[in-house]
Amino acid sequence: MPDALLLSALVGLPFAASILAAIMPKASRNLAAGLAGGVALACLALVWAAYPTVSAGGVLRAEFAWLPSLGLNMVLRIDGFAWLFAGLVSGIGALVVLYARYYMAAEDPVPRFFSFLLAFMGAMTGVVTAGNLVQLAFFWELTSLFSFLLIGYWHHSAAARDGARMAMTITATGGLALFGGVLVLGHIVGSYDLDVVLASGDLIREHPLYLVALVLVLLGALTKSAQFPFHFWLPHAMAAPTPVSAYLHSATLVKAGVFLMARLWPVLAGTEEWFLLVGTAGLVTMLVAAYIAIFQNDLKGLLAYSTISHLGLITLLLGLNSELALVAAVFHIMNHAAFKASLFMAAGIIDHETGTRDIRRLSGLNRSMPFTARLALVAAAAMAGVPLLNGFLSKEMFFAEALTAEAPLSGVLNLLPLAAMLASAFAVAYSLRFIHGAFFGPDPVDLPRTPHEPETWMRFPVEILVLACIMVGVLPAATVGPFLAIAVQSVLGEDVPYYSLSVWHGFNLPLLMSVVALALGVALYLLLAKRLRRGLDWPPLFRGLEARRIFDRVMVFLSWRLARRLEAILGTRRLQPQLRLIVGGGILAGAAAIWAGGIGPGNLSPSPVDPVLALVWVVGAACAVGAAWQAKYHRLAALILVGGAGLVVCVTFVWFSAPDLALTQLTVEVVTTVLLLLGLRWLPKRLPGPQDRGPEVMTNTRRIRDLAIAIGAGGGLAALSYAVMVRTPPDLLALDFLARAYAEGGGTNAVNVILVDFRGFDTLGEIFVVAAVALTTFALLRRFRPAADSVEVPEQQRDQGEGEAGVAVTGGADGRRGADWLLVPFTLTRILFPVMLVVAVFLLLRGHDLPGGGFSGGMVVAIAIILQYMIGGTDWTEDRLRLRPPLWLGGGLLISAGTGLAAWLFGRPFMTSYFGYVELPLIGQVPTASALIFDIGVFMLVVGATLLMLVALAHQSVRGHRAAPPRVTPPAMARRDPAPVATPAGEG
Amino acid sequence: MELILSLGIGVLAGSGVWLLLRPRTFQVIIGLCLLSYAVNLFIFSTGGLRTGAAAILQRGEVGTLADYADPLPQALALTAIVISFATTALLLVVLLASRGLTGTDHVDGRERNR
Repeated sequence: MPDALLLSALVGLPFAASILAAIMPKASRNLAAGLAGGVALACLALVWAAYPTVSAGGVLRAEFAWLPSLGLNMVLRIDGFAWLFAGLVSGIGALVVLYARYYMAAEDPVPRFFSFLLAFMGAMTGVVTAGNLVQLAFFWELTSLFSFLLIGYWHHSAAARDGARMAMTITATGGLALFGGVLVLGHIVGSYDLDVVLASGDLIREHPLYLVALVLVLLGALTKSAQFPFHFWLPHAMAAPTPVSAYLHSATLVKAGVFLMARLWPVLAGTEEWFLLVGTAGLVTMLVAAYIAIFQNDLKGLLAYSTISHLGLITLLLGLNSELALVAAVFHIMNHAAFKASLFMAAGIIDHETGTRDIRRLSGLNRSMPFTARLALVAAAAMAGVPLLNGFLSKEMFFAEALTAEAPLSGVLNLLPLAAMLASAFAVAYSLRFIHGAFFGPDPVDLPRTPHEPETWMRFPVEILVLACIMVGVLPAATVGPFLAIAVQSVLGEDVPYYSLSVWHGFNLPLLMSVVALALGVALYLLLAKRLRRGLDWPPLFRGLEARRIFDRVMVFLSWRLARRLEAILGTRRLQPQLRLIVGGGILAGAAAIWAGGIGPGNLSPSPVDPVLALVWVVGAACAVGAAWQAKYHRLAALILVGGAGLVVCVTFVWFSAPDLALTQLTVEVVTTVLLLLGLRWLPKRLPGPQDRGPEVMTNTRRIRDLAIAIGAGGGLAALSYAVMVRTPPDLLALDFLARAYAEGGGTNAVNVILVDFRGFDTLGEIFVVAAVALTTFALLRRFRPAADSVEVPEQQRDQGEGEAGVAVTGGADGRRGADWLLVPFTLTRILFPVMLVVAVFLLLRGHDLPGGGFSGGMVVAIAIILQYMIGGTDWTEDRLRLRPPLWLGGGLLISAGTGLAAWLFGRPFMTSYFGYVELPLIGQVPTASALIFDIGVFMLVVGATLLMLVALAHQSVRGHRAAPPRVTPPAMARRDPAPVATPAGEG
Repeated sequence: MELILSLGIGVLAGSGVWLLLRPRTFQVIIGLCLLSYAVNLFIFSTGGLRTGAAAILQRGEVGTLADYADPLPQALALTAIVISFATTALLLVVLLASRGLTGTDHVDGRERNR
């Protein structure tokens, strides 16, 4: 099989299967388990297929272009070390899947569990096969993410949520540091490729940035491997389902940290800093965690601290800067994976069959579950380092290394063998506690369930692992020897030292140390047994040192107190100061640009003043100032004045050769005014009077300040516009558009061609905004509750309706409505309606060549319809017109986006347009550019969106009347069914 | 002519900013309308002021700036007009909803403590 296929299948299969499992129905436990197991076995087979290459000292490697412009390639590579890890990940993965099939209850959403597990497996495989440091950091973060999901799988439990969040916070922070470290390494070496980095060890170690890179990478590795002082997340991660613990904390997640340290060992290790940082972290972790493990009352808690301790041992070995220690570390990684996974599974079986994991309540299970007891006994003995089991071998190597290690601090080195022995004795003590506490002693009393042996297949993974422990322990060279050899050879290259994997090395100092440690551990347990049986909340001497509390305090400080304080200092919830800041910042930015760049005279001379336009602008300015003056107490007047200013803007567009703009501005002006008029009714009455004035001094200062800001902004913008208008750059982009508008866009109206063709994607975005706004408006108004003082029918309507509410709008019992008072305008609008529609279609069709287009056409249709509403009333119009604004809106979106997508069918980029002219009878030449279809989409969307907004707002009046009980007469209520247009099903 | 238009833009923008800084929602929305007029005009004016320039090309002709108005700022301003219409509508409905929920038309949703 080609390397590329094998490697991408190895990494890709779990992710693909994860997606598949995620979409399975909740009850398909067997299907999901089968899929997960199949994928794990397939991955194992793929790993095995790589064995011939790897065992010959070769490397499987595949490169895919990722970001070639940055010199980054996706590199997958498997050498001996990665191969070993890939084998552990998929092999133990397969066993865990089988175990989880029986462990997980049928009522849990099991497919989701397997989906997370598979994704995690893929991420982990990605970490070990990454041939590029950035890629490694990426998959590293993915393992953090998926472990978060796995630990928090039982999200109804607060412990699971807290544990997951803590694990995520710690490991993801470490991941961030690792990413920083990777970037520094890449900067030093000049490449992120792992092979290149591994070949530049001397360069890295002698670089001034070495310490920075080292500390950052170690932050990543030590947090992941739960090393002191970041160890505390791991025990809390025990809230996860046991298969997750067995997988994450034996072979995968926590091993990623030691994997990384071993992977980068050739380039980072060998220095004093490495020894001090890694060695100290490992030593402290190993001792402290082993000590704490003795006092855990929860089986899984005991295993968790034991895991931390063993990881500390591996880290310490890596920190010793000796090749033999590295061999021992890799060997112990494998051994620990085997016995710890089986012990976790055994603890899970006990929990599953008895209902508790509390050592103080458990007892004498040896009689009810003898087979499981034997298995756990062997695994625990391996953990304690009893001879003829795998744990013994790596422990012996560790002792030998502790005795012979060379490093600058001799004082520490003298203590090292003692520390190793002490940790080993602790390991014996907690292993004894696990076995003795759970399986021996009197029969258990008062357990939640009656204990019995688990199903055969649930025990099967434990049997396999325990068998491996024994095989490796008895015949190390024949079983695990070759694998270990290729793994260490790929890390160390030619420098692999001689090591012996036999069980018996004769009587020597390490053996003596083992015997002493065993004896010491047994004695320690016997000494403590009685106290432990009673149970201790927390180990003696370490009562005050609970890292979790420190973590919680830090989190509370960062995410709550500090955030609140910063918000109090820097933030405000009041709009006016925010706006003042924005406007002030804008003025300052403009002024700073002028100050920095200078401003000279333009290259155009100003054109002569036309008195007509000057007069028009006198009116416009008066309107603007008047609107500003009146907006508080005379809203209607202000609205009319704004309309006046809008008209002046419109005239200006016409004056300066922009008919399209004028047309659009005019239609938008009409619709905006109607919208605001509809809104006016819901605002409170405000009359100038003493009750509305605050303390005069305060208000006046504020007003003067605001006036200064307003004058500054206005004056600044005026100066800026003048400066822009009197200069023109030599080559404008417009030349290009003008030249190509007809030749390539097929239209003579350059503005429209730009909108629907050259910059069609912008227009698409713009109409999406309009559609989103319309839908938001609609959604907001569905739950609209008018303020209490606006509910009452306004007096104008009451006068018209002869004292009866709602009559003017809805038509009263006597059938009189607005039309009867406004007969002439009513008749005129009815006559004009078809004319306006024709005008709209005309504008739409000619848009490509003459002023017009989909937007203004759509606006005209909306205006025509809203006119009918205004004069005829809601009922009258809706009885005669079946409008479906959402349909128009959706149809418009589909057509315009579909036109863009259709270009793909012809192998062109998104939004490429096509044009030609078609001769139609009577009408003449019609441009049939695909841009026209796009414009039709715009047209429909604008009709739909505008009507949706206007009608939804207009309907509020009707609803408001219904909500005002004292004034509404029953007939009026009966006549109003739920509004058919803007408020379909579910309204009110 | 340039002076007239830039003064006009200035007055529109100044009135708009003044209203934006007022405490009542209706004032803010009117201010936003005026400010968007000013900004649309400003965008439009970046193409230079051309009176009597043709807006429409002849069939098959390659247009130049000597005969035609600059279409690009016009297209930009057209988009700006549409977007300011949409934001005005959204703001209007949001302020109506806020008025219904909080019972006041102050921009902060409650009257300032005096």
